[in-house]
Amino acid sequence: MNDSFLLDGEDIPFTPGQTVMQAAAAAGKYIPHLCWHPDFAAHGSCKLCTVKIGGRFATSCTVRAAAGQEVENRTDELDAKRRTLLQLLFVEGNHFCPSCEKSGDCALQATAYEMGMLTPHFDHFYPDRPVDASHLEVLLEFNRCILCELCVRASRDVDGKNVFALAGRGTRSHLVVNSDTGRLADTDFAATDRAAAVCPVGVILKKRVGFAVPIGQRTYDRQPISASMGANDKAGAGIGEAG
Amino acid sequence: MATAELEDILERHRRDPLQLLQILIELQARDGWLAPATLGALADALGMPRARVESTASFYSFLHTRPAGEYRILFSDNITDRMLGNQALMQALCDKLWLQPGKVSEDGLVSVATTSCTGMCDQGPALLANGRTVTRLTPERIDEIAHLIRRRVPVGDWPPEWFHVEDNIRCRDVLLDHGLAPGQALAAALERGATSILGEIERSALRGRGGAGFGSDIKWRSCRDAWGDAHYVICNADEGEPGTFKDRVLLASYFDLVVDGMCIAGMAIGANKGFIYLRGEYRYLLDRLETRLAQRREQGLLGRNILGRGFTFDIEIHLGAGAYICGEESALIESLEGKPGKPRIRPPFPVTNGYRGQPTTVNNVETLALAALIAVRGGEWFRAIGTPASTGTKLLSVSGDVARPGIYEFPFGVSVAEVLEAAGARDTQAVTSAGAAGHCLAADEFGRRIAFEDVATGGSIMVFDASRDMFEVARNFAHFFAHESCGFCTPCRVGTAVNARLLDKLAADHGSPYDLDEMAKMHRLMQGASHCGLGNTATIAIDDMLVKFRPAFERRLHSPDYEPAFDLDAALSQARRMTGRDDPGAHLGDNRGALAEERAHAHGRATTAGVQDAPASAEPASAKDLQP
Repeated sequence: MNDSFLLDGEDIPFTPGQTVMQAAAAAGKYIPHLCWHPDFAAHGSCKLCTVKIGGRFATSCTVRAAAGQEVENRTDELDAKRRTLLQLLFVEGNHFCPSCEKSGDCALQATAYEMGMLTPHFDHFYPDRPVDASHLEVLLEFNRCILCELCVRASRDVDGKNVFALAGRGTRSHLVVNSDTGRLADTDFAATDRAAAVCPVGVILKKRVGFAVPIGQRTYDRQPISASMGANDKAGAGIGEAG
Repeated sequence: MATAELEDILERHRRDPLQLLQILIELQARDGWLAPATLGALADALGMPRARVESTASFYSFLHTRPAGEYRILFSDNITDRMLGNQALMQALCDKLWLQPGKVSEDGLVSVATTSCTGMCDQGPALLANGRTVTRLTPERIDEIAHLIRRRVPVGDWPPEWFHVEDNIRCRDVLLDHGLAPGQALAAALERGATSILGEIERSALRGRGGAGFGSDIKWRSCRDAWGDAHYVICNADEGEPGTFKDRVLLASYFDLVVDGMCIAGMAIGANKGFIYLRGEYRYLLDRLETRLAQRREQGLLGRNILGRGFTFDIEIHLGAGAYICGEESALIESLEGKPGKPRIRPPFPVTNGYRGQPTTVNNVETLALAALIAVRGGEWFRAIGTPASTGTKLLSVSGDVARPGIYEFPFGVSVAEVLEAAGARDTQAVTSAGAAGHCLAADEFGRRIAFEDVATGGSIMVFDASRDMFEVARNFAHFFAHESCGFCTPCRVGTAVNARLLDKLAADHGSPYDLDEMAKMHRLMQGASHCGLGNTATIAIDDMLVKFRPAFERRLHSPDYEPAFDLDAALSQARRMTGRDDPGAHLGDNRGALAEERAHAHGRATTAGVQDAPASAEPASAKDLQP
């Protein structure tokens, strides 16, 4: 039995139990998101996927689809909110796209382009987040972390390793690594882990392959993020394959 | 720490990873901090990843993963503490101990910092000394504290009268004058039976007293009807809203009624186990409450076969460790399970998927006490009190500019003006009606009524007279939320920090009308986009103040146009300090910012890192003193 709801006026079928995001993705419709990934349980923290259902705000990756729902997605009001959320993420961390080797494969950058974000707008926080280059094959560039916990979920739920966790509170929230020293080299992390290929931004980077694919030919250089639901995982996997 | 001691603590907590927070609190109390080796040993012993132990240990304000001194002094930093002069007292203590706020002394002896409201607004300024509450601070008391610390006198040997906490009950009604013997309500409920009790609660139209006002009968029925291996009752005693202290009084002096209420809830929903989640700030009550629970077990009022009627229900007390967010029910349950207090995705709600994934009802302390009262007197009796949509009475914690701060019990429907009159408020400019998270009322609204359908409140009423600067109230609230946001969702985590920075920008004389619009924008974003009630309510009071007390903000504006937050000249201050220069040639143009920053450094404080290090501690005087 298939029911359906309206997404920006278009009929979207869903199966019982699906979230609005899952149903939209299955139908090839783009709802902006950063912490959601089709292979993992919904997290609901980035709030980019905020939609309006029956006039009320809802997080589309956690709210269940229901027959007859009228869902607003790409409205000026919602995209403006998303732009602000993206700006908040940009100023909270240290994001320098021109010098970042994830540029072109980064979901944060691609979503910012999609939403028409032209400047970070807010005063930068300039947090102090030292890099962890201890691991032979993988670099951790914490400056770019958006706290989506995809690596936490991948390492825990797929790799069975619990290499990553979030620590701290509020703006002091930060990614930590599961070792006494706090260094990635002292964990059982491997470059072949799912967690190594799932980061939507430029935190978990394989070494020595950063520019194997030249800028200009990367995932979101070829097509905007809106053209491929769930493409952020493919972008990460692309780098993994190159390694 | 000796292995044997750790073993002892682990055994008492059944080596249960869900007890992690409770174990960490005990280790913190013994060692003064949680050393990396301690976290590692704990992870091994509990069979959990070290990173997860670190997640919990680093989330709570009262747990320290770095040495914090033998003496850890935390000044309560609610706006009411500020109005009573806490900032000058903290500076005086720091001066006497040769300290900077937020930093440990070089000999590792002592640290002095601020903490969110400790629930002593009726007898502040207050502080926590190694977790123990000291009330009614005076300059003399601060002198003595410095002396005792320097002589290394253990906090337990400080003058006992310093730790005395008054109830300050000013106005009693049906709850505070209940006249019931311990267990009387429970006996009446057992007589009625579960179905009848649910019926009485429904007839009473009792609504949750935490502030949201959810129907208690609906909550209990949904929980009872939910399938599960076990059902749980949780008493939410994480009274963290700035300016609230009514639960402190209920726990201190009406504890039997609260426990009766928990047992009754247990009977109604089919639970045999209850938890009291006691905020860390109320640690001083723990031993007393544990003792009373033990006495009740001996008296047949708790535990197996209560009053010989075959009903079994027991209660465990869990401590919080300094996290306002744990007042949110799903965050509270996460914390109860030993994790960081981050709100869950809802639905599913706790009534179906709560503690250990089982059906759980989370009720406010006051709600449970009222349920006990209803079990004796009946729903109809209760419903006759208050208004049709808000039945019964409400405990109000009144503080700030009033002659008689304390607890006032009024039937719902009482006007704000009547409350002010009773408390002896004069020349009142503003009233915050639900702590930092609710509306701020101006004088023309004092005729409004305290009720869910008008002025909804969890009970925190803070009063500001005409001498107060509402800008400083807003700034105190903004820093409170930036400090207490759990950090899970983007709008709240970053939005609260942006608001605090914007208000600091105004305070540093860099404000423009643009900044006021930015705060209004943050209000619109956070309402609706945030993951939980904290983010959804964090800007309500500030937005009200921006609208109703606009001149207090406009007075702070440096320019009618745009003013950048980044001050190039201030950025050179470090170079000036390093070279020992402060001549005009070492400054760029307008040097307001730089001079302000250097003044702050001279007092040993940072101006830019306020959000992250010592929230809102960078101001030299109380809000009152700053009044032009």
